[in-house]
Amino acid sequence: MAKTPKPDELSKINYTPPQSAWMDTPAELKEGNWCYGAKPKNLETLHFPNPREWRVQDEDWKLPENWQEIVLQGMRERLDKYRSFKVFMDICVRCGACADKCHFFIGSGDPKNMPVLRAELLRSVYRGNFTTAGKILGKIAGARPLTLSVLKEWWYYFFQCTECRRCSVFCPYGIDTAEITMMGRELLNLLGLNTDWISGPAANCYMKGNHLGLEPHTIVGNLSYMLDDIETVTGIKIEPTFNRKGAEILFVTPSGDLFADPGTYTCMGYLMLFHELGLDYTWSTYASEGGNFGFFTSNELAKRLNTKIYAEARRLGVKWILGGECGHMWRVLNQYMDTWNGPADFLEVPKSPITGTVFENTKSTKMVHVAEFTADLIKNGKLKLDPKRNDNLKVTFHDSCNTARGMGLFEEPRYIINNVCNHFYEMDELTTREKTFCCGSGSGLNAGENMEIRMRGGLPRANAVKDVAEKYGVNMLANICAIDRAVLTASMDYWVPGVKVTGVHELVANAMIMKGEKERTTDLRGDPLPGMEGNE
Amino acid sequence: MNAILSLIAVIGLVLIPLIGVKGANLHFLFGIVVPYIAIIVFLIGVISRVMKWGRVPVPFCIPTTCGQQQSLPWIKQSKLDNPSTTSGVVGRMLLEVLLFRSLFSNTKFELREGPKLSYGSTKWLWLGGLAFHWSFFIVLVRHIRLFTEPVPAFLKNVEALDGFLQVGIPGVLISGVVLLLAVTYLFLRRVFVPQVRYISLAADYFPLFLIMSIAITGILMRYFLRVDLVSIKTLTMGLVTFNTKIPEGISVIFYIHLLLVSTLIAYIPYSKIMHLGGVLLSPTRNLPNNSRMVRHVNPWNYPVEVHTYQEYEDEFRDKMKNAGLPVEKE
Ligand code: SF4
Ligand code: SF4
Repeated sequence: MAKTPKPDELSKINYTPPQSAWMDTPAELKEGNWCYGAKPKNLETLHFPNPREWRVQDEDWKLPENWQEIVLQGMRERLDKYRSFKVFMDICVRCGACADKCHFFIGSGDPKNMPVLRAELLRSVYRGNFTTAGKILGKIAGARPLTLSVLKEWWYYFFQCTECRRCSVFCPYGIDTAEITMMGRELLNLLGLNTDWISGPAANCYMKGNHLGLEPHTIVGNLSYMLDDIETVTGIKIEPTFNRKGAEILFVTPSGDLFADPGTYTCMGYLMLFHELGLDYTWSTYASEGGNFGFFTSNELAKRLNTKIYAEARRLGVKWILGGECGHMWRVLNQYMDTWNGPADFLEVPKSPITGTVFENTKSTKMVHVAEFTADLIKNGKLKLDPKRNDNLKVTFHDSCNTARGMGLFEEPRYIINNVCNHFYEMDELTTREKTFCCGSGSGLNAGENMEIRMRGGLPRANAVKDVAEKYGVNMLANICAIDRAVLTASMDYWVPGVKVTGVHELVANAMIMKGEKERTTDLRGDPLPGMEGNE
Repeated sequence: MNAILSLIAVIGLVLIPLIGVKGANLHFLFGIVVPYIAIIVFLIGVISRVMKWGRVPVPFCIPTTCGQQQSLPWIKQSKLDNPSTTSGVVGRMLLEVLLFRSLFSNTKFELREGPKLSYGSTKWLWLGGLAFHWSFFIVLVRHIRLFTEPVPAFLKNVEALDGFLQVGIPGVLISGVVLLLAVTYLFLRRVFVPQVRYISLAADYFPLFLIMSIAITGILMRYFLRVDLVSIKTLTMGLVTFNTKIPEGISVIFYIHLLLVSTLIAYIPYSKIMHLGGVLLSPTRNLPNNSRMVRHVNPWNYPVEVHTYQEYEDEFRDKMKNAGLPVEKE
């Protein structure tokens, strides 16, 4: 594994494009910027083509004989299936408005990380094979043939895009390079070219229900550790149920929060909140993953994984589904799930049993975001909150790309944070809400071996955090995404040491006064609450 | 290189009628045949392009949401930037098409020692783009005068507005001047901003040179080289009434202008200039964000291979039982 350069080295970035034209500059696959290739066993589990041992750094990628034909045929099919793909191939005017909007370009200076050029990597092959001008004029018309070097370039740069859609906000035609990256990855997958960090979790999701590959008893076990911790902090014993038929609500959240800090504290937050409300809900070990690594692979695989949520809701006979804090999971739930696996006519329009609020905005999918659910509780005065318990925290909020640009969930989490914390500071408004910067490791890029590009991509977000850390003493970065919780921790340690990362429901649980709780002296992390520092 | 090739192509286009009309007397070809061919090519091209796009389904509801979603009633929705209704979408599209709203929010960044990234708003591209498109549109509208008899009254107003500076004889019309300035700005930007130069293709320079040369020949005709407007109008009226004739006394500069315009018209459907049609069909802009309220149907949705609960339970039944989890089959 390549050694990641130090922050001061990494932040010397050269934005001058090379002398040679981009088509004449083959991609150099630099270690630290790519992920290991998919292992054969994972592709076999998923019934994906061309499972084999291969290494990215090798000359020979062991592709099928007719790989060009496969890719071009795949392109033709997708051009006929996705208007987005077809239109976006045709209408870019190369105005460059998107060019400096990508966190990977800002962090690396590599011109092929400009969204427009990332798209041109594919568009040039489209022109060469599917347009008359491109076929006749070739390079003059911006066309090029599909060679092995082009394919490797695709691999390199389509796994340096986190499908964050920031470019799409600024494009005058809404061209979404994420959409093109998704197509590019689908095409690569036709040849068995995925990263192992994506195909492994996807295979786990498929067989075991969650991307970490937690088996049913492990899920129960992991949660019981958390329950012990909750009891230590609050004196309250909680007994959640699993796979319970007849529950009113099925709760689905990303499995990352069952596994590693600081996500586990968010998970403890859910457990405490639902217990306090006396919610009639169940966890599922079969549909134990809200996140969807299929979404980083292909539309079909994403659908295959997503199917479990409705299937489980139907099997258990619940009335509606509640979803935890996650980024791309919510883009999938908002923009894809109902189309793939609906209509969910066996469910009822979600209604909060606590406040009676009917979530009209979910009347077709029947799936509510936990931030919507909790904001409604707070608005209706159903929670007893003591924000002072979070007074040791100076909090800022990171909008996750997918809930921002694939949903528009901005006010709900802010409303919650403002009710459970006294010290909340926004980052530069050109880096939040629809203009938010990606954590740098989304869409399956959160592996270990590509740390350099992750830290580069994470720079814009981290730098905006640094700004509020310096200005207001911000020491806690809140977010509503499991990948964020995992990767922003690394990015903060690298760029802004001292700032910790939290989910919103951890903050809620710390502030929430529960019925029958003992006097709390620590927060969920076991750190002393403000004013309790001497009590340990 | 790409720029030079495009420039040569446009110079070639200027020379063709110069030789063809002046040298070979091909008035009929350049005055009648070429414009008709251009129009036919344009119509066929646009229709087939739009049909090609329109035929492709929109499998998913994927608007890029740029504001607060519709959720709880007490949370204010951003109805234009994150529309959930058709009227919201129409509003969003109108602002996009008429005022380039997305470009308006353009930013630039700067990296300083530290590292310290800072961002600022930048409106030049928006301004240049807006000036370019609107002046182009007004110039186009003004040309209606050549194809109508009597000239519609509203054109007088347009011209009065366009010439409000009231300088020069004939009076200077702003739109033409702005068009030339804006297209020059867009060209210079392409050449001098390193990133933009890096991404530019011949297909990006060619239309700029073409439009530049159209504007220049137009301005030359209006202000500097006397042209016989009456004869020109006879020719253009002949074109729309299919009563083709070539009047005497039309100077060659007009034929150059006409060939350049014909080239542009014929070129539109096969080039990026079709973005004007594409933006209307762009799924990230023209769909409402209501996919949790109304099911979006994908016409090619097909059944996929899944791992069912039964298969899952079969694999883990004992482990599940040991962990106290309910199972379907004992
Ligand atoms: S902003 Fe849109 S049109 Fe402009 S270069 Fe980027 S993708 Fe192309
Ligand atoms: S989707 Fe995000 S990561 Fe991908 S090109 Fe656009 S801005 Fe960059």
